[in-house]
Amino acid sequence: MLRKISTPVIAILIFLALWELLVWANGWPNYKMASPSDLPSAFWKYKELFFVMGWQTLWRTIVGLFLAVIVGTLIGMIIGFSKLARDALYPLLIGFNAIPKATLVPVISLIFIGQHDFNTILMAFMISFFPIAVSVGIGLSTLEPEYRDILRALGASRFTIFRKIALPKTLPEFFGALKVSATLAFIGTNLVEIVSPHGRGLGALFKSGETNGNYPLMFAVLIALAFLGIILYYAVIFLERVFAGWADREGS
Amino acid sequence: MAAPSLTKGDTIENLIEIKGARHAYQTASGPLPVLDGLDIAVPAGTFAAVVGPSGCGKSTLTKLVAGLMKPDEGEVWLHGERVTGPRKTVGMAFQNPVLLEWRTILDNVILPLEIVAPRMPTKDRVARAMELLDMVGLTGFESKRPSELSGGMRQRASLCRSIVHKPDVLILDEPFGALDAFTREDLWQTMRDLRAAEPFTAVLITHDLRESVFLGDQVIVLSGRPARTQYVMDVDLPADRTLDALFTPKAADMLHILRDQIKIAQGRDVEGHV
Ligand SMILES: Nc1ncnc2c1ncn2[C@@H]1O[C@H](COP(=O)(O)OP(=O)(O)O)[C@@H](O)[C@H]1O
Ligand SMILES: [Mg+2]
Repeated sequence: MLRKISTPVIAILIFLALWELLVWANGWPNYKMASPSDLPSAFWKYKELFFVMGWQTLWRTIVGLFLAVIVGTLIGMIIGFSKLARDALYPLLIGFNAIPKATLVPVISLIFIGQHDFNTILMAFMISFFPIAVSVGIGLSTLEPEYRDILRALGASRFTIFRKIALPKTLPEFFGALKVSATLAFIGTNLVEIVSPHGRGLGALFKSGETNGNYPLMFAVLIALAFLGIILYYAVIFLERVFAGWADREGS
Repeated sequence: MAAPSLTKGDTIENLIEIKGARHAYQTASGPLPVLDGLDIAVPAGTFAAVVGPSGCGKSTLTKLVAGLMKPDEGEVWLHGERVTGPRKTVGMAFQNPVLLEWRTILDNVILPLEIVAPRMPTKDRVARAMELLDMVGLTGFESKRPSELSGGMRQRASLCRSIVHKPDVLILDEPFGALDAFTREDLWQTMRDLRAAEPFTAVLITHDLRESVFLGDQVIVLSGRPARTQYVMDVDLPADRTLDALFTPKAADMLHILRDQIKIAQGRDVEGHV
């Protein structure tokens, strides 16, 4: 247990040391590349802002991700169960996913003027639902027919078969996709916060660092984002252990 | 259509009856006929072993009996009733044991009861499942996950699941097909013992002629695709037969005849030439 925590901590410390060394050896000034030793003071100076804005970023990401889970699962069910829907929707989904989401920021800010929270959540959702939809869809469409037949032969409804077999069976794929989606949702939130700043979220803090030439602050924001990303990722891992721990063969 | 022409006597005699079934799958390259004049009749409490060339339509036959599919033409009867859809009195096991990885062995065996008898108390469900697990020699493994068991043990658990709800029709689609020869023979004996303990009528699809003779009361040979009933053999061996019974001259004769029939079904003459 101790090793499980100490190993990544040591890895992070080594990473910070190398970073410090790199900046020091090149004699880079602050505005070229801040070094880790500049960061604590930046965090301390803006600590309230970090908490307030970090929370704004986090909750909007989580809401967007939550929507992505619901809509992504629904789309996945539709394309997983119906070949017609699969043929019809796949090109649309892939096309939508291929659009660089940065180009959509001005579009949605124009459609929903002033709805900053909504716009941010919408972007987090749009960028992150695709992996979930695809993984649930593939999980359902590749379910071996025998799994269905053992219950179908007893007269079980489609819903019962979904709940007792198809849903649990796709959970490992679902959580695999959720890990990717969680990271993507973060990118979506920050994209809106940075490209269309409205004074909320870590993205806005980054933008203000940029405007004021406060380079240590900008780097501190990046570190804070990485930190939140790690927290969200491990939250997903925790849920995976709870709901799909059976798929983990490591312990057996 | 007119009322069924089955008399009461027929009903009791043949628990499973398929008459003149024809079926074609609709595929991208047009209709694929798989059944063409399939007749089977399985008396109550007996085992019908079905053999035939690979891809001839054996699994399709099981889907008809299970009510998962309707034939284009022909009739399927269970218990003197026309089969129009799935019914709770059917149990199924396949070559792939399809156990649910997130459930323990015990909970896997209980699964059909959750559908068929939702109000049955948990205590009774567990007792019923444990009774079966005991019969197949899986006592002590009830709280293990399927991945912790060998292939033969998983197939034993799958057999328990197929009969836990006391179905009167058991459909076995090559359940021992993927097992090694020794494990397979162990499971034949387990199946024979289950039969003695539980009342069911079974259709066993197999590609192993010795298996068909050991477990079957009759062996039905299907022709190559599209399948029709090509040959039916009554297995005249004692019900409590042992593996040794397979090495008697009588069994050897039966196996010989079946081998010739399979060759004919495969479109070869008995000498093996195409
Ligand atoms: N749902 C289906 N759609 C189209 N063709 C099928 C379908 N199921 C089976 N077939 C085809 O029908 C034939 C008979 O299949 P099956 O009954 O599974 O044969 P068997 O169990 O004897 O090997 C095979 O050629 C198979 O490819
Ligand atoms: Mg088959």
